[in-house]
Amino acid sequence: MSLVGVWRRAGLALAVLLLAACAATGPGGGTGADPDDPDDPLAVARRADPLEPVNRRVAAFNDALDDVLVRPLARTYDRYTPEVLRLIVNNVLSNLLDPYIAVNNLLQGKPAQAASDVGRFLFNSTFGFFGFGDPASDIGLVKNREDFGQTLGVWGVPPGPYLVLPVFGPSNVRDTVGFGVDVWAALVNRFENVPLRNTLGGLQFVEQRARLLPTQSLLEEALDRYALVRDSYLQRRRNLIFDGNPPEDD
Amino acid sequence: MVRRLLALLTVACIGPWAPLPALAQPAGAPDELIRTLSTDILERIKADEALKAGDIQKLSRFVDDVVMPNVNFERMTSLAVGRGWRTATPEQQKQLMTEFRSLLIRTYAGALSAVKDQTVRVRPLRAAPDDTEVVVRSEIVQPRGEPIQLDYRLEKANSAWRIYDLNVLGVWLVETYRNQFAQEINARGIDGLIRSLAERNRRFAQAAGS
Repeated sequence: MSLVGVWRRAGLALAVLLLAACAATGPGGGTGADPDDPDDPLAVARRADPLEPVNRRVAAFNDALDDVLVRPLARTYDRYTPEVLRLIVNNVLSNLLDPYIAVNNLLQGKPAQAASDVGRFLFNSTFGFFGFGDPASDIGLVKNREDFGQTLGVWGVPPGPYLVLPVFGPSNVRDTVGFGVDVWAALVNRFENVPLRNTLGGLQFVEQRARLLPTQSLLEEALDRYALVRDSYLQRRRNLIFDGNPPEDD
Repeated sequence: MVRRLLALLTVACIGPWAPLPALAQPAGAPDELIRTLSTDILERIKADEALKAGDIQKLSRFVDDVVMPNVNFERMTSLAVGRGWRTATPEQQKQLMTEFRSLLIRTYAGALSAVKDQTVRVRPLRAAPDDTEVVVRSEIVQPRGEPIQLDYRLEKANSAWRIYDLNVLGVWLVETYRNQFAQEINARGIDGLIRSLAERNRRFAQAAGS
């Protein structure tokens, strides 16, 4: 199954879950302190995460899936894949994304960064041997991290409720739309060669999970893993939208 | 460069007369403190296999000797605990700090194995000379892969700068604990939070001892 296939199924599952959520809970929910108190972090969290009961269930499902399937797979990959090979995998996938990152930088009104991304793609695809290496970074063309969710954020689209997507994990309404566009636009998914496309898609998924393996102790020591992941995700996305310089106060 | 030299000279001249532990920097610039401190920490970890392997006792001593003199841990804990802090007794506050410290040490012990050949780059400070609260931005530069954003919030008190929050890749440490702690306090009160933290710490100590 290609990433697009996975995505379509996930989208359907999500739609069902959203409907269930609307039926199951009104706004608010939860217990405790005054919901209008701006100093109360729980009130702030409830506003950002009105679908918490459903999200928690999806997160529990994802955690179980991670325990029995995804993490063992990532650990095996991490243990037996030589460092050099992983570097190449990373570079190739990262290179294929650069043109799309350039488009997002253009859409965000950052032509200089976009030009740098195009430069990276050209340089790495030739001198970097089809993107196996990343010599562009050595000549000062730094990698940018952009996606369509960030572009929507720069345009002023509000994040909407926090969502936990089946399999793919933390997101929000804005980033879910962005993610859909990302998957649709990904060069990898434009490859005619289906086995190659699926291999690259699968590799990307496992590689990304493997890179997060060192954060396991952070998850395991959390008082509430769900809240930790949510609060980290929301901060991280905000930071990315502002390219590392978010304003101090909301 | 000149400014940095001046700062270094200032520290060098004042240093010997300051009635402070060696690591607490009197009146230095906050970005200078972060540069010296983070480089020092990184170099010490690189040179110490036990630390890299996540030896909790050794790490605990390391944190007390090297890190804590430069951290206002009381403020850090109080921010994470939130409103409950003001109503907590001094004894409860002390327990919260002890347990939070253990939690942080355990949480980050596993990450030290990733320390290899990274270096620190401190970004230019944007602050007025009379500011008493600043954000210092830095990056962990890796030979391969993208730099890791690492920012610090510092406060100036008694002419010394101390850290009270830090941010990895845009995620502030205090903020990630605020909701978790508030949930626990809401459900079981301050003592409930202390018990739940202590319980985790005890479980871990038992697992490590057996």
